[in-house]
Amino acid sequence: MKFTLEIWRQFDGSDENDKGRFETFQVEDIDPDASLLEVLDQLNERLSREKQRNIAFDSDCREGICGACSLVIDGTPHGPQQVTSCQTYMRDFIDGQTITIEPYRANTFPVIRDLAVDRGALDRVIQAGGYISTTTGPQPDPNAMPVSPEVQEQAMDAAICIGCGACVAACPNGAAMLFTGAKVTHLNVLPQGQPERQDRVIGMVEQMDAEGFGGCTNYGECSRVCPQEISIDVIGMLNREYRKAKLTKKSKPDKAMTTQ
Amino acid sequence: MIEYWRSTIGKKQVVAITGAILVGYLILHMLGNLNSAFGPGADEARVDWYAHWLRDFGEPLLPHGFVVWVVRVVLLGAIITHITGIVQLVKRNREARPANFPARRIGRSVESIAMLGTGTLLIAFIVFHILQFTTLSIHVTPVEPEEVYANLYYAFQEWYFLAIYLAALILIGMHLRHGVWSMFQTLGLDNPNRNAKLRHGSTALVVVLVAGFAAVPVLFFTDVLDPPKTTAVITALSGVPV
Ligand code: HEM
Ligand code: SF4
Ligand code: FES
Repeated sequence: MKFTLEIWRQFDGSDENDKGRFETFQVEDIDPDASLLEVLDQLNERLSREKQRNIAFDSDCREGICGACSLVIDGTPHGPQQVTSCQTYMRDFIDGQTITIEPYRANTFPVIRDLAVDRGALDRVIQAGGYISTTTGPQPDPNAMPVSPEVQEQAMDAAICIGCGACVAACPNGAAMLFTGAKVTHLNVLPQGQPERQDRVIGMVEQMDAEGFGGCTNYGECSRVCPQEISIDVIGMLNREYRKAKLTKKSKPDKAMTTQ
Repeated sequence: MIEYWRSTIGKKQVVAITGAILVGYLILHMLGNLNSAFGPGADEARVDWYAHWLRDFGEPLLPHGFVVWVVRVVLLGAIITHITGIVQLVKRNREARPANFPARRIGRSVESIAMLGTGTLLIAFIVFHILQFTTLSIHVTPVEPEEVYANLYYAFQEWYFLAIYLAALILIGMHLRHGVWSMFQTLGLDNPNRNAKLRHGSTALVVVLVAGFAAVPVLFFTDVLDPPKTTAVITALSGVPV
């Protein structure tokens, strides 16, 4: 197969004068079962041989679980297949077609170089409450904390979020509600998440705002691109948790789980 | 409370609550309007009686027109808060994305994209509507104080008033088809099992609301409702060019 690739080039995203532009590359003899990232690897090898600057892009596991790969393919975050960028294969494109590859477009995700963006804002949202505090120690009794199958399912459906940030890139408002909603749902429905339940949602929402993410207008675009098919139900949950926390919370922090 | 208003979620929830107040009012307003469908009556049109009843409500305990004024103040407050919240949120949302790269449309509905447009046009319509039937400042067709039925009758004999009102109803329908469902989601009143029902229920509510509002002008225009009997208007008519 052969393709024309329109690839975003930007040497230094932090440089005001470097606005970035598309560059066109022709690639030939492509195996239909190659992934898009492998095509970029091949292209980079060629650029190295030609003593030209490589195309920067993020990837790690290349099996759809780490969320590092973050491309906008033909205008859609992660491409049209609703899988991660690394799980996008060339057989899904038409031979000879032009493929446009851009970085995520969100002001909270500044471009570092070419296709690589800084998604540290999502990490800081996690740091603001996306965890539980427990002391380690002997393993608790298996039946000490009953979790019903429904709750377990709800928590796991949210926990599969890989933090890729495609939802932010797909949102016309650049909002991180699907991501944050998934994290809050995951921890706030489980018994282990209860001690910090209110601090968690307030902290994460405040961090989301401080980072400059937009707000939700219930368009639902995020869910359409999410490779883990997280439902916007988690956003309803986030809104509910935030409302309840704000209406009932005293100013003192939740009691931390220090002993078990 | 200030913190709540500052956060994007809190602000949006205030927008949703003020939106709900406005929707609640629209439902009552629609039901009230349907009084016109009883026609001009033997000596007083039912809608005229209804208008008086609204103003006399609570007398002698409350002053004349008290309830009407309370409702007006609440609605004005709700609309101002609704719009202030929206303007601030829209600004914030635009700042979160680079200007030259709008997100591609995959699944968002036309109604949801048009919210700002339909909302702005609605404000224009509301101003016009108040000038026409509340302050009686638009003298294209005869308007007389206290003569609700007659005022409606003459206005909706004209196709262009019918057209304006039906167009406004399409706008309200669009605004609320996204808005009512969105409101439940924003307030976190949904839950996964109820979500589909909420969406369809919202659409059904909007259809009933729009149909109920549309009925009155259409019934007047198609002459299903008889001309008013009041002599006051008939004498006034001779002086006003139609
Ligand atoms: C008849 C008067 C109005 C009613 C009944 C009404 C109702 C609503 C409702 C129920 C919502 C949903 C809130 C939510 O998403 O949680 C909403 C949202 C909204 N309204 Fe209104 N509204 C009215 C007037 C206006 C006006 C005058 C504007 C003009 C600026 C406006 C602009 C908006 C916008 C931009 C949204 C946000 C939509 C979104 O989240 O995507 N509305 N409205
Ligand atoms: S919610 Fe989906 S799209 Fe958003 S970060 Fe998580 S996995 Fe990625
Ligand atoms: S590289 Fe890990 S999910 Fe794509």
